[in-house]
Amino acid sequence: MNKQRIIFGGAVILAVSLVAALVVALVLFSIGASPLETYKTILMGPLSDVFGVTEVLVRAVPLLLVGLGIAISFRSGILNIGAEGQIQMGVLASTAVALALPGLPKGILLPLVLLAGALGGALWGGIAGWLRARLQVNEILSTVMLNYIAVQVHTFFLRGPMLDPNELETGSGTPQSMRLPEAAIMDYIVPGTRLHTGLILALVAALLVYVLLWKTTLGYRMRAAGAGAKAARYAGIPVERYLVIAMLLAGGFAGLAGAVEVTGVHHRAIEGISSGYGFAGIVVALFGMLHPGGIIPSSIFFGILLIGADMTQRSAGVPANMVLVLQGVIILAIVSAQSFLRNSYAQARLFRWWSGFKPKKGAQP
Amino acid sequence: MTAMLEPISELKLEGITKRFPGVLACDGISLQVRRGEVLALVGENGAGKTTLMNIIMGLYRPDSGSLFVNGEEVHFRTPGDAYARGIGMVHQHFMLVPNMTVAENLALGLKQLHHFMWLDIKGAARRIREVSERYELPVNPDAYIWQLSVGEQQRVELVKTLCLGARLLILDEPTSALTPQETDDLIERLQRMASELAIIFISHKLNEVKALSDRVSILRHGAVVFNGHTVNHEPAELAALMTGHEVTLPRNEGTGRPGKPLLSVKNLCVRGDRGNLVLDGLNLELRAGEILGVAGVSGNGQRELADTLAGLRAVESGEILFEGQNLANCSPRAIIDAGMGYVPEDRQTEGIVPSFSVKDNFILKDFASQQFSKLSFLRRREIDRHADQLKAGFDIRCPSTSTATGALSGGNIQKVILAREIARGPKALVAVYPTRGIDMGAQEFIHSQLLDHRRKGVGIVLISEELEEVMNLSDRIAVIYKGKILKTLPAVEATRERLGILMAGLTDTDSPPEPAASALPSAGAVHE
Repeated sequence: MNKQRIIFGGAVILAVSLVAALVVALVLFSIGASPLETYKTILMGPLSDVFGVTEVLVRAVPLLLVGLGIAISFRSGILNIGAEGQIQMGVLASTAVALALPGLPKGILLPLVLLAGALGGALWGGIAGWLRARLQVNEILSTVMLNYIAVQVHTFFLRGPMLDPNELETGSGTPQSMRLPEAAIMDYIVPGTRLHTGLILALVAALLVYVLLWKTTLGYRMRAAGAGAKAARYAGIPVERYLVIAMLLAGGFAGLAGAVEVTGVHHRAIEGISSGYGFAGIVVALFGMLHPGGIIPSSIFFGILLIGADMTQRSAGVPANMVLVLQGVIILAIVSAQSFLRNSYAQARLFRWWSGFKPKKGAQP
Repeated sequence: MTAMLEPISELKLEGITKRFPGVLACDGISLQVRRGEVLALVGENGAGKTTLMNIIMGLYRPDSGSLFVNGEEVHFRTPGDAYARGIGMVHQHFMLVPNMTVAENLALGLKQLHHFMWLDIKGAARRIREVSERYELPVNPDAYIWQLSVGEQQRVELVKTLCLGARLLILDEPTSALTPQETDDLIERLQRMASELAIIFISHKLNEVKALSDRVSILRHGAVVFNGHTVNHEPAELAALMTGHEVTLPRNEGTGRPGKPLLSVKNLCVRGDRGNLVLDGLNLELRAGEILGVAGVSGNGQRELADTLAGLRAVESGEILFEGQNLANCSPRAIIDAGMGYVPEDRQTEGIVPSFSVKDNFILKDFASQQFSKLSFLRRREIDRHADQLKAGFDIRCPSTSTATGALSGGNIQKVILAREIARGPKALVAVYPTRGIDMGAQEFIHSQLLDHRRKGVGIVLISEELEEVMNLSDRIAVIYKGKILKTLPAVEATRERLGILMAGLTDTDSPPEPAASALPSAGAVHE
């Protein structure tokens, strides 16, 4: 039966991927691009050389971190749409700490900066969690609204208090912070590329999230609160408390992603630094079935899509925003695939049909 | 009336077979029902009754076998097709929109009322009045569904089904949510309607089957194991055929010695969801080693009493003394730790986390204990061992303890909950409707477990609407009415009639007929 399930799952995923690819192909065709060419560029292009691979991984790191946080919150029954804002708060907090303490040695400053980022994000996520637990404010509403606020706060700091003095002197006025001190910048893994040690951090985080959710009593509580709030309450689990904890953790991971982007990639806070990772992270988490073991490959896959989209813009003349269409179709595909996977009846039918046993249906009207 | 082909006078099933993954839900079932006849379809949960009815209604298609209406083979693809041939079904869970009126609910399903830009609500109301007069099913077409009691909603479902043109009614456990009085009322009405209609009555309450049906068919593991005329067979005989073995529900023989007082509820006042006082000075006393039955028509505060004892509802005033410690307004955790066990009313959402495995549900209250965790890491090996032990001890039928609990049958879910609560070694146990909708086999098991632990000195509060159950198991019976305990009497003194009178809110003196007799003349006086 288990073997059947795996085959069935594989078949469904394959079928759904094909349908999704076909739908996107139609869209590509309608804007006059060659679907085959585009797919080839998107999927193969980024992996054709070492630089491409490292760039994919550079994108995968924040996606993985955000996705882990999303998985924690969704598993705990709270739908966090606010990672985008939480990333930006993480960026601000980590940059502020790095710039305020330039004299510290790297072994102390870098961890401190990352921690500050996580705390910044956790604070922003925690607000939504607290509002939900205390005042029953719908978290989808509050996290989306907090995103708007975060964007403005971010802009305010980068154009005001945290603006690089050099920008004022030269008069170019690009809204960005000063460059971080060397002690707050991550090392590169592959010299000559942008791949930084944040990758290792993210992979360790994935392992920790797995252990947290499935091996500890805290994870058990959070999952129970998410999967059956009523039963959890009857069993003496204060559900509201775990909603807040889940949002703190989810925000923390998003904030950490922001800090990693600052210390690993940009080395300063800039505008638009979150570049949609907060929303893409939701898709990454869902595509990875809300499990760290699935989110790692899923974040790499979306990294490929992002880089591939850039490449198609250059080579095939397809706008990079096509990736958004692809993301949308993928969400729809996941939802439909999941409802198929849960349908064990369809599974049994498929296998009976496969094994040549066709039930006598009589004459159809 | 609807443009009907010809009124249905006979439905015949031949060799209906339906497979689900790993289960043969229907195995070559043949049945027949004619106008003017009530066929009772009896079987334990999972015997294939509901699947069979869904096949008749066109919700499922059979893998093999055929359906005949008036001798002509039919293929239903949707419930609409079944209705077109005069077959209608009243589901166990009502299919009504609560914030719409009765007439609007009918209009949802009746295409003829939908005209271009205009919905003929008056026509719907007229049709409802016609049908409700003809079949003596009083229904107010303008009432909102949420205003109606469960019994009235049941009537609305019947009227709706008849309005849609059904002349063969399938009733799927129609009494499962009704009070004893409403049940008697429904059965009487159905008896009167039966002459003009054909009725398939699904139930596992055998006394109802006995009271209503002409013929009975028993399903077991998807196959018909018995066909017969109801008059010739006793309920006990049918029960044995249904379960495949003799069933005698265990009884409280009253051999226990009254233990020390365990739980005493004093002047408890609690507000309900709408802000009104639903418990209004309730007093209750439970001793160790006894079962205290709480009988009453549902909606008289049972739910709130249970919630309050579990710590999920705020106490306005009064005390809940448990071994001398006041548990009023304590957290659920504190109440659990004090030694209270709880079998909640809604087993699917309150008793278990449906998507969690059986073994994870076993530790829902104790995951943080020394036994199952160490330094806040779960001890998986111990959890597995514990689960296997409970699975065997409570005869829980599941493929493995890693199966999602929500996928099990109602009886098995209830066993999971009971196993968890009992394994914790509680001093007192609150069980709310512990056998509602559960088949005889599981019911027998749960009853004997409760009696077993009573003998071991556990105090049990049994909240139930089934008088049979309360009378069989209890040492004392408290009747709850409008948030108060009206009277507590020893089980030996309780009779169905006496409890019925108390449940209706009439306080009796020691002989029951008197208040009824004294109530009559005054009613007569008003008439004159």
